[in-house]
Parts: sequence; structure tokens; C-alpha cells
Amino acid sequence: MQLDARIPSGPLADKWDTHRFDLKLVNPANKRKYTIIVVGTGLAGGSAAASLAELGYHVKSFCIQDSPRRAHSIAAQGGINAAKNYQNEGDSIWRLFYDTVKGGDFRSREANVYRLAQISNNIIDQCVAQGVPFARDYGGLLANRSFGGAQVSRTFYARGQTGQQLLLGAYSALMRQVAAKRVTMYPRQELLDVVVINGQARGIITRNLINGKIERHAGHAVVLCTGGYGNVYYLSTNAMACNVSATYRAYKKGACFANPCFTQIHPTCIPVHGTYQSKLTLMSESLRNDGRVWIPKNPGDKRPPQDIPESEREYYLENKYPSFGNLVPRDVASRNAKEQCDHSKGVGETGLAVYLDFKDAIERDGRDVIEKKYGNLFQMYEKITADNPYETPMMIYPAVHYTMGGLWVDYNLMSTIPGLFVAGEANFSDHGANRLGASALMQGLADGYFIIPYTIGGYLAGTEMNPVSEDHQNFGDAENAVHEFIGKLMAINGKRTVDDFHRALGQIIWDYCGMSRHNTGLEEARVKIQALRSEFYENVLVPGHEGDFNQSLEKAGRVADFLEFGELMVLDALERQESCGGHFNEAYQTEDNEALRNDDEYCHVSAWEYKGPDSDPQMHKEPLVFENVKLSQRSYK
Amino acid sequence: MTKDIRLTLKIWRQEGPDTKGRLETYTADGISTDMSFLEMLDVVNERLTLEGQEPIAFDYDCREGICGQCGCVVDGRAHGPETATTLCQLHMRHFSDGDTIVIEPFRARAFKVIKDLVVDRSPFDKIIQAGGYISANTGGAQDANTILIPQDIAEKAMDAAACIGCGACVAACPNASAMLFVSAKVSHLALLPQGRPEAPTRVQAMLKAMDQLCFGNCSNERECEADCPKEISIVNIARLNREFIKAGLGYAD
Repeated sequence: MQLDARIPSGPLADKWDTHRFDLKLVNPANKRKYTIIVVGTGLAGGSAAASLAELGYHVKSFCIQDSPRRAHSIAAQGGINAAKNYQNEGDSIWRLFYDTVKGGDFRSREANVYRLAQISNNIIDQCVAQGVPFARDYGGLLANRSFGGAQVSRTFYARGQTGQQLLLGAYSALMRQVAAKRVTMYPRQELLDVVVINGQARGIITRNLINGKIERHAGHAVVLCTGGYGNVYYLSTNAMACNVSATYRAYKKGACFANPCFTQIHPTCIPVHGTYQSKLTLMSESLRNDGRVWIPKNPGDKRPPQDIPESEREYYLENKYPSFGNLVPRDVASRNAKEQCDHSKGVGETGLAVYLDFKDAIERDGRDVIEKKYGNLFQMYEKITADNPYETPMMIYPAVHYTMGGLWVDYNLMSTIPGLFVAGEANFSDHGANRLGASALMQGLADGYFIIPYTIGGYLAGTEMNPVSEDHQNFGDAENAVHEFIGKLMAINGKRTVDDFHRALGQIIWDYCGMSRHNTGLEEARVKIQALRSEFYENVLVPGHEGDFNQSLEKAGRVADFLEFGELMVLDALERQESCGGHFNEAYQTEDNEALRNDDEYCHVSAWEYKGPDSDPQMHKEPLVFENVKLSQRSYK
Repeated sequence: MTKDIRLTLKIWRQEGPDTKGRLETYTADGISTDMSFLEMLDVVNERLTLEGQEPIAFDYDCREGICGQCGCVVDGRAHGPETATTLCQLHMRHFSDGDTIVIEPFRARAFKVIKDLVVDRSPFDKIIQAGGYISANTGGAQDANTILIPQDIAEKAMDAAACIGCGACVAACPNASAMLFVSAKVSHLALLPQGRPEAPTRVQAMLKAMDQLCFGNCSNERECEADCPKEISIVNIARLNREFIKAGLGYAD
């Protein structure tokens, strides 16, 4: 297989314009003859489905939740970046581009990231037009705040609910198209397979989660906007239903999976407190604007925080990184927290936490100012922990949050299966080895509102297609395989629950393929995952019935995929013998314990091709060429 | 302080929309007070599964109080006894050892039970389809700072826009009205200059859809506001009424 990223030629700033001009167009009257399947209704899926329908295409939109408004983009708190330079700080498209490439530790594609920075401004315009109630200054202009990895204030926000408001904007646009009968909505449906006919993605197989019915849906192109795979760790900040199944099953049908080992650990989450715990809760990174991270200077100091005098506190981020201080990128902040806790300086019952203290900010700005900025976050923290962060410092610890890896896509966001497009967190495209804060919302909406609608047109206009019906043999074969697999899961009738297997898998991945990794551990993890997977197929217990609302069965299918995917992550981590961004191999670090890249050998995307259940996947390299930025050791000092 | 408590649970079990349901009693031992309510149900379900019984179906997703997918009536209150709290954010420290807790689905004519505690809230999507949007196709927007919006107006719009569409207001209302939900969206959009052009048609269409979908009407009981996990105020209902009257009189503003 030859990977062709289809990056347009010409100067960086002109590539997207040139490309849009070069893309073939579908005649407006012909658009309604095309059916496009969009899976997922988060920021990428919701905005893509709505925008495609506005253009005149017939869209079938699928989501796993009971309503498209609930996709997990809704939980994004902090904000969305754009290069508007409204604050007159010298921001520009170039600076946003540069920050994003650098923040991604030089493992992303220049052309994609530049396009993202260009589009960022259109997104804000579009969202305001839709009625997204962004925060405003007293004069009525849009307000901004700063975020990790940047020295300018370019983040637009709606209190601590930016993701919710952006998603509701996309959702309302989608609902408008449902009312116009250009979108058919299929909620509570889960993708179980992608149907490929004559080498083109032409449909999907889904399970209706209410009655268990397996359904066939045909179309001219399929867009996967199914999010990331953070739940492979069991505990993450993802919603419970987030999974890898849609992208993993597409991978098994021929779509390459890129950089699966690039996972992001978010530095500011509420620490774990018990084995029954079902998920981790993120505290927006924007808190680091005003909160100061500290730990006691003396290991094992168990005094309550207010009894530890200033002289015995260590503000390790401010000391180590004077210019960025508490606002270093996520991977740097997370690894530093882990390092302190590894040295027994952690706080709280488990010793796996550091303080995030707002005392100085409250004294400086007043409680009401802090409340206005972070009120709902403080409230959420108090609900979960029963501690009041206005009076006592928050305790935070890193947690799995975002996955930069995903299905490999070219500049058109098309995977290695023609007609299968991938947008948002589900693709690998823009964040390299680490994503900066407030960039996920930007990417999801860029892909959905402004990229996919053009590039799908180019594909449809430039591709010869035969009519395909849902009676085609490939639909039948895919449906039979899905039935057979579900029957197999139901028949095992073992002694361990699905969640129990998931928890065990998560522990292996967290221990060996988490914040820091080493080769022996990774080798060990691979063996452990294989053993757990064998046990799963002998001993899992799935109660209930196949043709019914059955949440255990839903989870069993997802965990089955995680059990295979976890091994792919480990393989990818083993293959990449360097450290970069979220992938930190202990053997490769600078004297200051920063990630040490090896640009001579690993300045590439690793795209994995499935080779069947009994063979290792094959790795293909897409070299990353940097013509506009100079590769440098990231430094936030 | 963490401790373990023992609870008696009376939980609504119903196989499907057309079968008769009943309350069944379960004992939940060793429940940590640090658990969330849904984690408590997870623990009960793990035990039921291992005993060869069918686990209790209940909706959830984000478990951080924002997606709006979870929600049951707990001891007669939508989302349970704590104010401004979704069920996933309710923690067991608010219950005591030996308590009996009754857990039922959100009940409303418009919300059919799918299974056990899971209900069909798709009528909410249909109300939004009737007009809960601003007609702004992708691509045509002017610069975001062209229209100034006073900060207090933006804040009020945000107060209304914070609705998570969970349906607690309907479950809490003796008339099973969706008035709080509808008024939150009407207010959010009517307050913003971008939403004004469609304000009259929006309020009329959304209310009509609400009626057609078998939601009841508002008789100022204020139960919705009391149980709303996002503290959406009934001031929004007053604003909706004003918008409705203005629309009926043919005034756009």
C-alpha cells in the first residue's frame, strides 16, 4: 500500500485555496441524488451532517446516544481557539499554526495544521451567527482567555460550557435540516461494520440499540465522526459510551490506523478514589490561568494544605518553567505531576494528587471575579469531592483525555478506503503527538463545517459509481458476520462481567502504555493483553437477549474491540523508539526529563494496515516534511 | 469521610413499552458514600449479572452532569433530593445507612418507557426541529465582532442556553409540561440580536409542537424550576409568554 497524503503544491498559505479551486464540483441539482452517511453527531459529525444537507445532499445521520445533542463534545469546558487577534497581542494565522505544530511536537502535517489555523476564524463567525452565547466584554465585544501552550489570549469561551454551546449550535443546525427533510436521523444506533463494494465505502451495518435489530444502510460515501479511543484505559474523561469500535472495524476493512500510541493525559482531573469508579472528571485547563500548582517540599508531608507555610511549598511548574509557568502544555504538566508523586510528594489519601490553589487569585481579583470565570467548575468539584475550592486548594491528578491517533486520512480527510472520510477526534490529522488546549473544538468544527463539505463534493464528482442496493451480497455478508459475532458473545456465558474485563484491560494499558512507557513494560503488556483477550472469549458473561435493549451486550462488543486495539497501541509504542509529545519512552529523554525526539528516524506518521486475525499488522510510513517551520527541541522555560 | 452504607432499593422494572411494570426490591450492601448514584447502580448491576439476573437498564453517558442523558425520579424528585444536581453528580454521601430509596423512570405521556428506567425523549428533538434554531447556513457569516452584544444580555442568553435537555422539568411538572425546556430555547435565541428575525415564528411553532407531542400546559406550579439540575429559571417562561403575545399581535420586536 502506498500512502498518498495528496497535499497540494504551492506556498503553504495558498494550498487550501488552490485545492478548493482544483476540487471538482457537484452540480447543485445533482446533489440530492447522493446519499451521505455520517456516523456520530459531535462537533465534527453534527456540523458535517448539517452543512452537507444545507448544500443539498441527502444525509443519514447516526448516533449512539438517545439524541444527537448528547455527543461527548458537549463536555468540553474551556474554549475554542481562533487567530482573530481581537486582543491586539500580535496573534496571527501563522502564530496559531506554529503553536499547534510545536505543541504537537512536530509530528503533524504542516499543510493540515495551516488550513486549520486559517479556518479557525470562520468558525467563530459561524458560531456567533448561530447564536452561540460566547462570553463578552463590557463593551459587547467577544472576550478571550489564554490557554496552555500559547502566550496570547486567543480562546473564545462560553463560561465553562464551551463544548456544550458549540455542540448545541451544530445540533440546532442539524435539527433544522431534519425538519427540512434533508437529514434522516437515526439515534440509538451503533455502527457495527463498514460495507465496502468494488473498493469503495458504500454503506454501514448498524444495530438498533432499542430492539437489537441489525440494519443495512447504503450511501455514496461514509463519514466517520466517532471520536477517540480514550476508554481503552477504562477510566478516562470520556463519556461511558465512547469507544473505538467504529474506527477499529473500519481498520479491519482496510482503513489504516495512524499513530495509535499518541494519547493525551490531561493534567487537571479529579483524582481517582475507589475501585467502583466509572469515569474521571476533568477540571478545565483554563483553571491553570489563575490556579497555582504546588506540593509540599518535604516528601510524606501529611498536614492539611492550610497548615503548610509558604516556605515549605514547592511551585514546581513555576520554578522549572519560568516563562510558561502553570501554563505549560498538557503533556509537560502531566508528566511533572506524576514525577512529583513518584517522589512521594503527592497529596491526598492516595498520594496521587497535587494541589491547584486559587488563594492568590481570589486575593488579587476578588472572589466574585473568580466565581464568574470558573463558578460552574468549582461547583462541580465540590459536588464530587465535598471540598470547597474557594477555601481549600483543589486536588488534581492527570487522566486520559484525548487521543491524537486515529484513522489515517489524506488532505481531503479521506481514509485509505475510497469514500470513507474521517473527521474530528476519530482521524489523526492535526495534533501530532500532543494536542493543545482549545484545539479539539476548533478541529472538529473545521473538519465538519468547512472541509468535509468541499472534499466530499470533489470525491463524488470525480469518482465513477455504480448504483448499490442494500441487497448487495457484501451487505448480506457483513450482516451475517455481525450476527455471528453477537451470537458468539451471548453464548460464552462465563463467570466474569464485561466491565470486569474492561477494568483489567484499562489497568494494563495505564500501567504500561500510559504517561510514560518503556520497552520491557510494553512487551509485557502485549502478552498480558493477549492472555486477557483469550480469557474474554472463554469466560465473559453477557446477560439478557440479543433482540432487546441490552447495555451489557453493547459494552461487550466495544470491549472486544478494545482488547484487540490495545495491542495495536502497544505495538505502535514499541515501534516508535523516541519520545514525542504524549508518547514518552523513558529511554529517550533530555537531561531535564523532557521528551527527546529522534527526527532522523521517526519524523513520520505510522499508519498500520490490518493483515488478518493471525498476523501482525503492517506498518506504513508517511514521512513528515517541514518546509516552513524549523524542528526544534520544545522548550517552555 | 468515606464509609460504607446499606440500602434498600425499590426499582421500577418494565421489560418494554407495552408490558406492565412493577417496583422490585433489592438490597445494596457495602455502598461507599463516595460513590455517585449511578456508580451505586453499576455495583448493583454487577451483582445482578453475576447472580444470573438481568441488570437494570438506565440511561447515562458523560457522568459529569452535562450530556443530559441520565435521569430518574428518586424518592419522588427528578434527579434526586439535591438541588442543581444531575443524577450522575448525586453522591451517596447524601444518603444514610438503612435508607430505602425508590427509583422510577421520568413519567410523562410524551416520554414512553423503553425499558426499566429508560425513556424515549425524542419529542424534545422534535420541538427543536419546529424552530429551535437560527437559520444561518454554513459559510455566510460576517465577522463575529460586527454585532455588539451587551455583556448582561449575553449572560442572560447563556443562563437559558445552559439547559441540558434532560427532561427533569417534564417529570417534575404535574401537567408533564415541557414549558421550561421550550422557554429556555426561546429565551436563549430571542435575547440575541441574531435570533430576533425568527423570534415570532419560532415561539409559535415550538409551542404548537409541544402541544401536538402530548406535553401538558403550564399552570405555574414551579416544580420544574425546583428540580432543574441546571437551575433554569421560570423567568424564561415569562419571557416566552411575552414573546408569544408579541408574536400574536404581529410585532417582530
